[in-house]
Amino acid sequence: MTANVSIQSVTQTYGAALALDHVSLEIAAGEFVVLLGPSGCGKTTLLNLIGGFAEPVSGKILIGGKDMAGVGPSRRPTTTVFQDYALFPHMTLADNVGFGLRMRGVAKAERRAKAEEMLALVGLPGKADRRPHELSGGQRQRVALARALAVSPDVLLLDEPLGALDLKLRRAMQDELKAIQRRVGTTFVHVTHDQEEAMAIADRIVVMSAGKIADIGPPREVYLHPKSLFSAAFMGEINQIPVIQGQSPLGPVAQGTGTLLIRPEAIGLTGTLPLGPCRVEDAAFFGTYVRAHISPLAAPDLRLTVHLPQASSSAPGDILTLFATDHVILEA
Amino acid sequence: MKLLGWVYLALGYAFVFLPVVVLVVFSFQDGRLPVPPFQGFSLQWYEKILSDSGLMTALWHSALVAFISSGLALLMGFLAAHALARVRLPGSVLMRGLLIAPMTVSYLIIALGLLTTFNQTGVKLSLITAGIGHVVINLPLCFAIAFAAMGDHQKNAERAARDLGASEVQVLWHISAPMLAPALAAAFFLSVTFSWDEFIIAFLLTRFEVTLPVEIWSMLRSGLSPATNAVGSLVFLVSISMVFLLEIFLFRRVK
Amino acid sequence: MSIASAERKLGWGLLAPALLWTAAFFVVPFLAMLALSFAHMEGRAIVSGFDPGNYIRAFTDWSQLKALINSVEITVTVTVISVVLAWPLAAIIAWQVPARFQRLALLMAVLPFWTSYVVRSYSWLLVLGKNGVINKALMGIGVISEPLALASTRTATVIGFVHFFVMLLTLTIYANLIQLSPNYARAAQDLGASRWATFVHVILPLTLPGVITGAFVTFVLCIGDYITPQILGGNTELTLPQLIMLQMGRSGNFPMASALSVVLMGVVTVAYAACSRWLRLDRL
Repeated sequence: MTANVSIQSVTQTYGAALALDHVSLEIAAGEFVVLLGPSGCGKTTLLNLIGGFAEPVSGKILIGGKDMAGVGPSRRPTTTVFQDYALFPHMTLADNVGFGLRMRGVAKAERRAKAEEMLALVGLPGKADRRPHELSGGQRQRVALARALAVSPDVLLLDEPLGALDLKLRRAMQDELKAIQRRVGTTFVHVTHDQEEAMAIADRIVVMSAGKIADIGPPREVYLHPKSLFSAAFMGEINQIPVIQGQSPLGPVAQGTGTLLIRPEAIGLTGTLPLGPCRVEDAAFFGTYVRAHISPLAAPDLRLTVHLPQASSSAPGDILTLFATDHVILEA
Repeated sequence: MKLLGWVYLALGYAFVFLPVVVLVVFSFQDGRLPVPPFQGFSLQWYEKILSDSGLMTALWHSALVAFISSGLALLMGFLAAHALARVRLPGSVLMRGLLIAPMTVSYLIIALGLLTTFNQTGVKLSLITAGIGHVVINLPLCFAIAFAAMGDHQKNAERAARDLGASEVQVLWHISAPMLAPALAAAFFLSVTFSWDEFIIAFLLTRFEVTLPVEIWSMLRSGLSPATNAVGSLVFLVSISMVFLLEIFLFRRVK
Repeated sequence: MSIASAERKLGWGLLAPALLWTAAFFVVPFLAMLALSFAHMEGRAIVSGFDPGNYIRAFTDWSQLKALINSVEITVTVTVISVVLAWPLAAIIAWQVPARFQRLALLMAVLPFWTSYVVRSYSWLLVLGKNGVINKALMGIGVISEPLALASTRTATVIGFVHFFVMLLTLTIYANLIQLSPNYARAAQDLGASRWATFVHVILPLTLPGVITGAFVTFVLCIGDYITPQILGGNTELTLPQLIMLQMGRSGNFPMASALSVVLMGVVTVAYAACSRWLRLDRL
């Protein structure tokens, strides 16, 4: 019902383009891993390789310790939730969900029972005789999930499954997806380009860029202590301040040369790294916080984005003494 | 599996092209029968048909009927499609059905109906009556293509033009028609090829002046002849030239 | 005058030419033909009235009924063979030919469409005739000693039709296949289906609407065609359109020709009803 996945130095090319460049990744059994990155970063390619829809040019993929080379998608212990769901429009929901079992020679009554059970699991009880075109986008997504889970795969692959849903529905489905994963205990590998979605559901996030892994770790780790500029910027807005031989425009910060990274919400009236008095350039109310641009008086050319508390009533021209917490220095 | 696919494809092409190749090859036959053996290369049959005034007149008639009837069908079809796509009218579904209906009726029946009507009303058969029949068969085609091509994008642009003070005629002429140009051109040329090649309506609704397919039909009655091959090959050449020109100049640009 | 009624007036104005044309040259002629089908002949004169005799004759007179049966038999045969031949052709072009050559491959597969309609049947005569290419070739390599009677048979009619409709169906089925998401097949395989199971349970049913639409168009065009059976089938057996032309031409029996035309439309209507569930005529 669950298995680990071991990706060992996998390379994939499309013509002359390098889609994956010696990618290695260990996914534990029962883990919820999210592959995150912009389009063209190789995340979907990696998912397709795990699912067996393509073979890597070099490298190995092991699922549950077994080498998957030459094993087609129909014989792999994986199933996929496709981005466009690929529900069979000519079949009822019960037939869609029971399809995998039918291919495994399971008798009709048993298939029906399992399909109803799975549909109940994803929150669609009693809809077994509907057809896909009668459902909303969110409901189709659930059916696709039920269909993929019905054959009790060791590893479930999800290719941007929430991409076609509107924002509100997407946030609701994230929670549900996470809950379902906990209940079934299957290893989930989920592809998305939405970092909020990734943080909401992942045990571990794998940030990918240009065919390589740019960062990897639990959401908190990746967000607060990014290991690359790419992942720092991709996970959310961040101020980047150049550091040359330990000197930043704000004063000495560390040894070496690189970039000082500070999240907008990590700047406030208290903290570990003093920014000194800063002039507020502009401020706008954003609901949960006040978004402002500031310039430290010590470095008037520097323009930092900060999230001040909701209650703050800063106006342009105000001078605030600010500090930063959770700052990270990436050496170049 | 892959090899099997290529073999099937090759056989498919062979089947599809067999009669065409035979037609073209034996149009160069240096003999009186367009069947094997091939007795040598000759252009005599092309000379013969190109100097056959009956055939050339028929060709001219065909072109005339095709272009005029297609133009009419396109104009009426476009205006009707514009009206039905834009203005909410009572019974619009019914009217759409009525305009499409001739497409589902055999040409033979359309021809027979028109022949009956013309006979009863004393209308003399001519190229005009055949042209009327061709408009009947091409109007649904032009209407359907124009109607399908009118999307929301188009409607918004038309609304914007009206908002900027364009009259309805100006909207049609400056916005709708240019935006639909590829679809309208496709509809027109499809109509031309259908009309140009149509036999049964032209056969039943003309008398003294005939179109090319009817003229070819009467050539067939005198048995097999390389002259018929030559006519067929020429028609084929003209048609595919048109198709390739369309493909190159029209559909390339759309993409 | 309100804006809505001005709009409506304009709409009717734009619609009027097409509607009037269709009414005058399609609806009225059809009604005239319908009325004529209930008339009868006295000598060479047409006597109008309400006489169902033509219809009774169409279904009881063997020579008339046989034409109807022939037409239906030939049309069904042609439709089935064409679908079975065209489906793999369309699939190979859609799935096996590299994407950038597909348009060309398709264009080539339907190129003979553009030969003159009359000439297309005639050129099959050159292939199938007594001294035609096939007989000469087979005799040349010594497979047969006497020419096969290929032309002027039902087989020749069927071949001529199949040639045309394979091209038509390849187009419609290809259009259907190419817009199928590749994820359908991948999903089926992912869930454990073999290639064959994927084809039977997923791909084939998904192409059914396109196939049925193409088959219906084939049916309509085939059953109403006069040229192909006339040139290739000869006069050994008559189809309905041939009989209609005979009634009109030789005996000037317009009422009978009209009645047979109505019967022909009836057959098409029955075919339409049979497959209307799957028909997507708007997708053509």
